[in-house]
Amino acid sequence: MEKPQTIIDKIWQRHIVDQEPDKPDLLYIDLHLVHEVTSPQAFEGLRMKGRKVRRPDRTYATMDHNVPTIHRHVIKDQISKTQMETLKQNCEEFAIPLADIDHPDQGIVHVIGPQLGLTQPGKTIVCGDSHTSTHGAFGALAFGIGTSEVEHVLATQTIWQQKPKTLNVKVNGNLGKGVTAKDLILAIIAKHGVRFGTGYIIEYTGEAIRNLSMEGRMTICNMSIEAGARAGLISPDETTFEYLRGKRHSPQGEDFDTAVEEWCTLATDEGATYDATVEIDAEEIEPQVTWGTNPSMCIPVSESVPNPDDATTPNEKEAIERALDYMGLAPNQPISSVEIEHVFIGSCTNSRLSDLQKAAKIVHGKKVKDTVRAMVVPGSHSVKAAAEQEGLDVIFQQAGFEWRDAGCSMCLAMNDDVVPPGERCASTSNRNFEGRQGNGARTHLVSPEMAAAAAIEGRFVDVRQMDSPVLS
Amino acid sequence: MEPLRIHKGLVYPLNRTNVDTDQIIPKQFLKRIERKGFGQFLFYNWRFNDDGQPREDFSLNDKKYEGASILVAGENFGCGSSREHAPWALEDYGFKVVLAPSFADIFYNNCFKNGILPVTLKEDIIQHLIEKAEMEAYELTVNLEEQTVRDSEELQETFEISSYQKEMLLNGWDEIAVTLKQADKIDQFEQNIGK
Repeated sequence: MEKPQTIIDKIWQRHIVDQEPDKPDLLYIDLHLVHEVTSPQAFEGLRMKGRKVRRPDRTYATMDHNVPTIHRHVIKDQISKTQMETLKQNCEEFAIPLADIDHPDQGIVHVIGPQLGLTQPGKTIVCGDSHTSTHGAFGALAFGIGTSEVEHVLATQTIWQQKPKTLNVKVNGNLGKGVTAKDLILAIIAKHGVRFGTGYIIEYTGEAIRNLSMEGRMTICNMSIEAGARAGLISPDETTFEYLRGKRHSPQGEDFDTAVEEWCTLATDEGATYDATVEIDAEEIEPQVTWGTNPSMCIPVSESVPNPDDATTPNEKEAIERALDYMGLAPNQPISSVEIEHVFIGSCTNSRLSDLQKAAKIVHGKKVKDTVRAMVVPGSHSVKAAAEQEGLDVIFQQAGFEWRDAGCSMCLAMNDDVVPPGERCASTSNRNFEGRQGNGARTHLVSPEMAAAAAIEGRFVDVRQMDSPVLS
Repeated sequence: MEPLRIHKGLVYPLNRTNVDTDQIIPKQFLKRIERKGFGQFLFYNWRFNDDGQPREDFSLNDKKYEGASILVAGENFGCGSSREHAPWALEDYGFKVVLAPSFADIFYNNCFKNGILPVTLKEDIIQHLIEKAEMEAYELTVNLEEQTVRDSEELQETFEISSYQKEMLLNGWDEIAVTLKQADKIDQFEQNIGK
């Protein structure tokens, strides 16, 4: 019998184009996703050397980072406008399919890949964006790359990669009511730090992961990069196959059944070993709120922000002091006492239909506190359309939320959706770095349910104690 | 890409951990479609006030670090976004070498594509270098061929680097040209997978 393998080893092995001692492996790339911010210099590089795009049919582009989410065609910033026009010209010149701002398939690149069925188990997927790890939810090997590598993949459909080590993050038991995939990944990073994944590809395993929806799995894999990991993935199963059935780019009819048979062979074999394993108990996890300026600076909503005097090293003390100063928080302050001025529900972490459904359940029939500005930015045109079909737009707007068009929006505030200096935002995005949502802006990462609850109460509350009809 | 073999230069110490690429180059400067000209925006929100005036509390603005070309920083340097604008900004500002106890891996790879050498050294050595450079004008010589870091006194440290990345940087090779020499293997692979 062959040696048991992890899904990581299987996908890696199936994509090796060239392997020599003392060199990284040359891996074939099945799908290359492209957006406006990290691609212009790559296309320019091709032009300068007279190179072609090897496989435009394995390349797919959209605009998401810069696009306005309101008054879609009023792009005040000329440089932004040029960047979007440049992508359009590049896609025309190199015959790459593009979902531009008016296209019904437009949306955040990591939302539309899965939604269109472009993301599939066993594929190697890259994009000039660190949150490419999202696609790992389908049992794909997906990772972010720099612009020079974007150029390399455009020209060769391959990439040189040193094989990372493998890390099993095993989540035992099940998440409690009102505790989400977002809380789980934040709790994992809070426990193990922002670089425990550096040098590794993570496979998430265990009962809690198996019981997550595809959307929940995407939220988990999305934030693998916040743990420093090259990629994060989950072995495919029935949940994966059901999600992909009937998607536009999924295999159709009998081909789908054949594909499922093949996808089933990808899952990690019984008895396969990893270079490292960490385990976490899902039952212990509470709704989480970040208090600081990186995603590991995170506590359960029932707790208080740390005191620098309790730090174990001078570096840690200094980092806590800097973070508290930036965030305008006092040592030992209960996180539930922190008042917020903004709520952002969106981003490649949490802007899918089920995220919006869960947030809508919390706000239904209630009002956003009058000191809070709250907005919902669906992850794609089609998420928006599906949400409107269910009347979620009405629920949000009646509660006082703004209902926007699809894009990355306030996750990184490259467009006009900015948090002003010194103001505080409960955000469903993935990074609470200094200045991420605007110069001087203070970001607290939370789940969509927790963000919705914060919008109503004007501060962080335990969503499990909200008077709400359904919490699942 | 410019080859890099030996570099001698003034050290700028940045005694912070987890310096993310949002700090190295904030998002408002990612809209440009060029590769050049990002140095003026390096560490922008730390370097400048809202009115664009240099901040006195950020040491890179200190005259004594003018012309620094070697950056020494805390662990997990370059974490976060994959933006290659981060090494573009460092390179355009004049940095050729970055030393840290650890790097985020996308940033680490991006450096090599832009003629910047990222060097990993033990945390206590990095702390020592930071303290030296905070006290006085401190120069280091980084020799990629020998994989050493030296000062003018007794300090001499060796560092690890993959032979592939070392060779790329020593020669300033165009990686795409190297790969395209294997085009027949890529053709073969595509034939094997049948698409």
